[in-house]
Amino acid sequence: MLRIECPCCGLRDHDEFRYGGDASVMRPAHDDPDPQAWYRYVYIRANPAGLHREFWQHVIGCRQWLVVERDTRNHAIASVELARQLSARKSPARKPPA
Amino acid sequence: MARYSAFSIFRNALSGQKNWQRAWRAAEPKPSYDVIVIGGGGHGLATAFYLAENHGIRNVAVLEKGYVGGGNVGRNTTVIRSNYLLDGNTQFYEFSMKLWEGMSRALNFNVMFSQRGQLVTAHSADQLDSFSHRANVMRLNGIDADILDREDVRRLVPYLDFSDTARFPIHGAIFQGRAGTARHDAVAWGYARAADGHGVDIIQNCEVTGFLRDGDSIVGVETTKGRIGAGKVGLAVAGHTSVLGAKAGLELPIESHVLQAFVTEPLKPLVDHVVAYGADHFYVSQSDKGGLVFGGNLDGYNSYAQRGNLGVVREVAEAAIALMPCISRVRLLRHWGGVMDMTPDASPIICPTPIEGLFLNGGWCYGGFKATPASGWCFAHTIATGKPHPLIAAYGLDRFRTGHTLDEAGAGPSAWLQ
Repeated sequence: MLRIECPCCGLRDHDEFRYGGDASVMRPAHDDPDPQAWYRYVYIRANPAGLHREFWQHVIGCRQWLVVERDTRNHAIASVELARQLSARKSPARKPPA
Repeated sequence: MARYSAFSIFRNALSGQKNWQRAWRAAEPKPSYDVIVIGGGGHGLATAFYLAENHGIRNVAVLEKGYVGGGNVGRNTTVIRSNYLLDGNTQFYEFSMKLWEGMSRALNFNVMFSQRGQLVTAHSADQLDSFSHRANVMRLNGIDADILDREDVRRLVPYLDFSDTARFPIHGAIFQGRAGTARHDAVAWGYARAADGHGVDIIQNCEVTGFLRDGDSIVGVETTKGRIGAGKVGLAVAGHTSVLGAKAGLELPIESHVLQAFVTEPLKPLVDHVVAYGADHFYVSQSDKGGLVFGGNLDGYNSYAQRGNLGVVREVAEAAIALMPCISRVRLLRHWGGVMDMTPDASPIICPTPIEGLFLNGGWCYGGFKATPASGWCFAHTIATGKPHPLIAAYGLDRFRTGHTLDEAGAGPSAWLQ
């Protein structure tokens, strides 16, 4: 069983969590008119065989969203952080209306 | 290549069955080939066979990083069916079914194709309505399909839960009599042997580590056995398409997920058909050795590990017992995992790529085994002519960009989004 060290609840079985997919995907700005940017946001995934940053939500626990760094080849977990603490993952700033 | 026949068994019996030749040569790579197919699974081997058989392209190599049959072609639950609803899928999978029906003869190899029939149970009047829709589409395309009511289902498969306490009572089922199973290893071996008979080099333990380029074109591959030149390169490495695609510079709408399969201890004959549970994700057939072979959902997170987690074992067992309470005391013998390319619409991708000289066959999600012959046939055509075969017109990589997704199952890597 995959086990995730939740920053709030400690080491828990992964079936307490819900998977939220690739955490490195960045949403384009709301007013981004480029269809290519939206296409990449919705569909394109790096899908690495190796370290993968991904969201998990501790649904049967503290209900926090986490960002977990896990090796997709052997499930070894390198780091777990609260998603809201990750200032690096800010959406691009919205452009002011013209 | 010596033909297999009753006579050849008899003749070899005279020498104690000791003089059979290898089914295919242990080839070492030549400096270059007209076509290199990466991936010695069912799809790659079938592609090489049809390149030689249908298009006369015999200077072909199949590069396999492990051994033939060690990937998903040897890990699936062997179900073959053509009960698809959407245009593009319906015709492709029926073409595949027709190739299955002639495969043992075409390959001179017994793939033990058993058309035992497949049914999917319906658990509400609405679900049965949607199955009628599907059955009508199938029949209009010349595919056999029947709608069964509850009593029909009870006569066919009396071991399902027809009690008053069934969590999801059975209302009926959709049935395809020509569906069934095949011996999956034999499919890999049969295609390997037949391709080798046409002069195709099958090179095992040869991992592709990069691509050779001339300008923007791909002109060969770097491997653990050295550089090999190629006029064209076909990728048939479902499960690892993203890994090799990244080496070629392709951005792909694919996530790799692990799907588990299970086999129980051998039982006396019980399950005569392939039975799929319409109220959950569970499907079961019985092997010739007597084991119940079944599968269920993905583990649900990106994975390249060919093993799954116990949570899914429990979920699948729960679904199994909800449908077939009689197997609650049967012991599980083995369970294993295979790595799936999951596309956002759960349909495959077979097409030329924007990179000159590179062709893509992947994204098979849960359902690649049944497609093996048609995938090889159409991919060979695509590589030989440079244009997609008409049967795979709907499987282009561009469909995500243009909004022409083929969302048959609502079962991509994030099914909850669909």
